[in-house]
Amino acid sequence: MTEQIGSTAILARGLCRYFGTRVAVHDINLELRRGEVLGFLGPNGAGKTTIMRMLTGNLAPSAGRVEICGIDLLLKPRDAKARVGYLPEIPPLYRELTVNEYLRLAARLHRVESRIIRSALAKITQRCGLSNNREQLIGSLSKGYQQRVGIAQAIIHDPDVIVLDEPTAGLDPNQMREMRSLIRELGADRSVILSTHILSEVESVCDRVQIMHEGRTVFDDSIGRLKQKGTSLEESFVRLTMNQATV
Amino acid sequence: MILAVAQKELKILFSSPLAWLILALVQLVLTWVFLAHLDTFLEIQPQLIKIANPPGVTETIVAPLFATAAIVLLMTTPLLTARLIAEERRNHTLPFLVSAPISIAEIVIGKFLGLMIFLSALIALVAALSLSLLAGGRLDFGLLLSNIAGLFLISACFVSLGLYISCLSAQPATAGAGAMGALLGLWVMDTVAADEDGAGIARNFSLLAHYESFNRGMIDTFGLAYFALFTLIFLMLSVRRLDNERMRG
Repeated sequence: MTEQIGSTAILARGLCRYFGTRVAVHDINLELRRGEVLGFLGPNGAGKTTIMRMLTGNLAPSAGRVEICGIDLLLKPRDAKARVGYLPEIPPLYRELTVNEYLRLAARLHRVESRIIRSALAKITQRCGLSNNREQLIGSLSKGYQQRVGIAQAIIHDPDVIVLDEPTAGLDPNQMREMRSLIRELGADRSVILSTHILSEVESVCDRVQIMHEGRTVFDDSIGRLKQKGTSLEESFVRLTMNQATV
Repeated sequence: MILAVAQKELKILFSSPLAWLILALVQLVLTWVFLAHLDTFLEIQPQLIKIANPPGVTETIVAPLFATAAIVLLMTTPLLTARLIAEERRNHTLPFLVSAPISIAEIVIGKFLGLMIFLSALIALVAALSLSLLAGGRLDFGLLLSNIAGLFLISACFVSLGLYISCLSAQPATAGAGAMGALLGLWVMDTVAADEDGAGIARNFSLLAHYESFNRGMIDTFGLAYFALFTLIFLMLSVRRLDNERMRG
């Protein structure tokens, strides 16, 4: 693995998901290289969370396949999942544990070697701004800090792919700024997929944007090219997601 | 990995007052029962001496104590198993475990193991209660060990059934009530079976009927196989259930 930067980190082909007869996600293709940040946009119920759950092995796709760093997620879930970090929409936190206990558990579950767990914990709490809260119970932390713990558990095992479902929802403007700079930092040498409702966030953080509507991709382009063309993201978003709804 | 899950279960269990309350109350009730049996034994001891081959303290005190302990565990394990999966679901923490590179089977076994370690502590307290009799006499250790083994096996059955019912529900209270109902049903089945002279097919399916032979000091392969299969089947059903959830969403 000498050619790490630029190699494909996550690949999804023909991803479909049906809930009964309802189509939640239809024929999604996705390819993300290392060092890229992809923004998922779309109205509520467009299928963003469903795709993220499928990419992280929380939901089995009805059709299609997912590869993480060339490892098939359905055939070798264990190896593939070890390379993914996932922060769901609602952070999966145990309120009864302290930050330290919780992150140690996350590290152990993600097969971080026991001799480096201590240093990994120190590094991650410092990076996420939790150094002073390590002995606090998660239940007693504010929403912003809980979100940080959520991010910390997703990146403690140094994954190649990070999937964040609305990581800035419910944060105050300062915390949002911090979160964005953290995501940019993470996106430098890893691939990050994040979903959001804030269009400016996508423009400031992401390299590429994919707009979802009713389970389909209706837009997929790089932010750079969008800026070149001079079209605003908001215009495209409204045009693409309103049009189809009224057709 | 399994141990990490088990350890987490124990940590969360002991961080709530529930675990301590259950340990204290069970010990209180069982000590009461123990003392009552001891009292009776001391009362009838003068008459027992006259019999040629009198029953010892293990048969008159320890065995009835373990019989009561099984019923007490039947009532309390649903309180502990209820939260195993249902609470994770309610707090949206299940993705944390599922996204980690461990299989569903490891999650289920880890949770089972965590609770079994807790119940082992409870069983150890009951055993300690029995061992206190050594202060004033001798014990039949074979019978005591058979009782401990029986109590351990029957609590494994309680836990696996409770764990499965917890997989079915998103509400810990519902899961607890369900497990309690199922276990009470099995208990009633035992008394129904007992009415029919103990020969009916219902008796073969009764948890407590099998426990009874361990209680008398008889470890038979049928009983062992029954407990092992019972536990295994409900653990497998739990794995299947959680796996299906990933399929159906």
